Amino acid sequence: MSTRSSLATTSTFDASSHWELSSAVSLRDEEFGALAYHHGNRRLVFLKSRDLVNLVRQLSEYDSAQKALDALIDAREHERYLVALSSLASSELLRGG
Amino acid sequence: MVAENSLRDRFEHGLAAPICLTWELTYACNLACTHCLSSSGRRDPRELSTVEAKALIDEIAAMQIFYVNIGGGEPMIRRDFFELVEYAVNRRVGVKFSTNGTRIDARSARRLASLDYLDVQVSIDGADALTSDRIRGVGSYDAARRAMDHLAQAHFGPFKISVVMTRHSVEQLDEFEALASSYGAQLRLTRLRPSGRGVEVWQELHPTREQNRRLYRWLLERPNVLTGDSFFHLSALGSPLEGLNLCGAGRVVCLIDPVGDVYACPFVIHDEFLAGNVREAGFGSVWRTSELFRSLREPGNPGACASCGSFDACRGGCMAAKFFTGLEMSDPDPECVFGHGERALELRVTIRPISSSDHSTRVPVALALR
Repeated sequence: MSTRSSLATTSTFDASSHWELSSAVSLRDEEFGALAYHHGNRRLVFLKSRDLVNLVRQLSEYDSAQKALDALIDAREHERYLVALSSLASSELLRGG
Repeated sequence: MVAENSLRDRFEHGLAAPICLTWELTYACNLACTHCLSSSGRRDPRELSTVEAKALIDEIAAMQIFYVNIGGGEPMIRRDFFELVEYAVNRRVGVKFSTNGTRIDARSARRLASLDYLDVQVSIDGADALTSDRIRGVGSYDAARRAMDHLAQAHFGPFKISVVMTRHSVEQLDEFEALASSYGAQLRLTRLRPSGRGVEVWQELHPTREQNRRLYRWLLERPNVLTGDSFFHLSALGSPLEGLNLCGAGRVVCLIDPVGDVYACPFVIHDEFLAGNVREAGFGSVWRTSELFRSLREPGNPGACASCGSFDACRGGCMAAKFFTGLEMSDPDPECVFGHGERALELRVTIRPISSSDHSTRVPVALALR
C-alpha cells in the first residue's frame, strides 16, 4: 500500500457499522505484523502492528468497528487505529455491512 | 507502493516467505531474444514433472505466497501449462505470467480470460516491428500484437504490455503508453540486465545516463506504470520511485528455475547465487535455511558507496548488474546515476563471470511462429 493512501481521512469510514476482512484477502503473519494481499485488485498492504492485525482478524466478531476497538485497543490509540481501518477500507481490504 | 525506511529495514532482514516468487516453468523457447535473462532455448530434460510442479504449488499455497510470476523460456510451450495455472489459481495462488504471445490464439485467449487471479504480460521490446524484432527476432512483434488483439477480443481485461528498456526502446516511451492505452492495457517497464544472454548485449544496449535521467522523470510522473521495482537505482536522482526501493534478492524475492533450482533473484541464474533445489527438502526449507539467503539478509556493506549522500536512496543498486559486469558487490551499480559505476568499470580488470546455465539453442533457428 502506498504511504500516500494512509493520508486517507476517517470521514468515509463508519465505525458504527459492522466491518470484516474481505473474502478476497489473504493475510500472512510476518515478524513486523502481517502482509495482506487483495486477490481482486492485486493490492499488497503492510500491516505494521500486531495489534492492528489482531483487530482486523477479529473485526467480524463485533457488531461495529467501534465495539471492536473498545474491546481490543487502548482508548488513547483509537484515533490512530480509525485512520488505519479507514485506509484499509478504502483499499477494499475491509468490507462493510 | 512506496515503503518508508523503517519498513524497508525490516524487509532487509527477510520475510517468512517471499512477497514475490518468480518461477521459470521451462527453458524451452521458440524465440531467441538477444537479452534473455535465462539464456533460454532448449528444454532441460530434468524439468520438474507435472506432479512435482503441483507439489510445489501446494507448498507455495501453504506458505501463503500470494502470487507467482511465471516465466521461462516460453511458459505456454509446456503441455501442462493450463493445468498448472488452473491448479494454482484454484488454490488462491495468483499467477502473473510473461509470454511472447506466440501461443495465444482466439481459443487460448478465451481460456485465459475465464480465469480469476491471472495476469498476462505480453513482451515486446519496441513500439514498432523494426525496433522490437532486432531484440526478439523477425515476426515476434506482429505475433505479440496478434496475441494482444486476441486478449482484447476475448475481453481479458487490462493485460500488461512488458518492455525492457534498451537504448532504443527508451526513446519510445510515449508510443508504448499510447499502445497500452489503445488496448486498455497496463504498461510495464523493466530494466535491461546483463544477465543470461543479456551480458553479450548490455554494453551496447543499456540506456545512457541521460536516457536514464529522462526515464526517471517520466516514471515519476506516471506512478501507474508498473516497473517491478526495476529502477530503484535511479531513485538516487531525487524522490524515490514507486516500489520498495531495495534489492529484494533472497529477502522478499527469489527465483525457482525449471529444474527446481532456487536462485536469489530472477536475474542471477548462476552457481554463485544458487541457494538449493526444491526437489531435496522443499522450497520452504531453502527459503528459511539457505546460507546464501541468510548472508543476503545481513545489512549490506555500502562499500565504495559509503561516502555518497545518495546511498540511502539507491542502496548501491542491483546485485545482478554488478556481478555480471564483473564489479564487486561493494562497487556502485554499473548504471549509477552519478557515473560512479562507469568509473568503477573502467578500472576493473577482472573478467566478468561466465554463465553457468545456458540453454540457448546451439544454432540459430528459423522462427517457427504459429
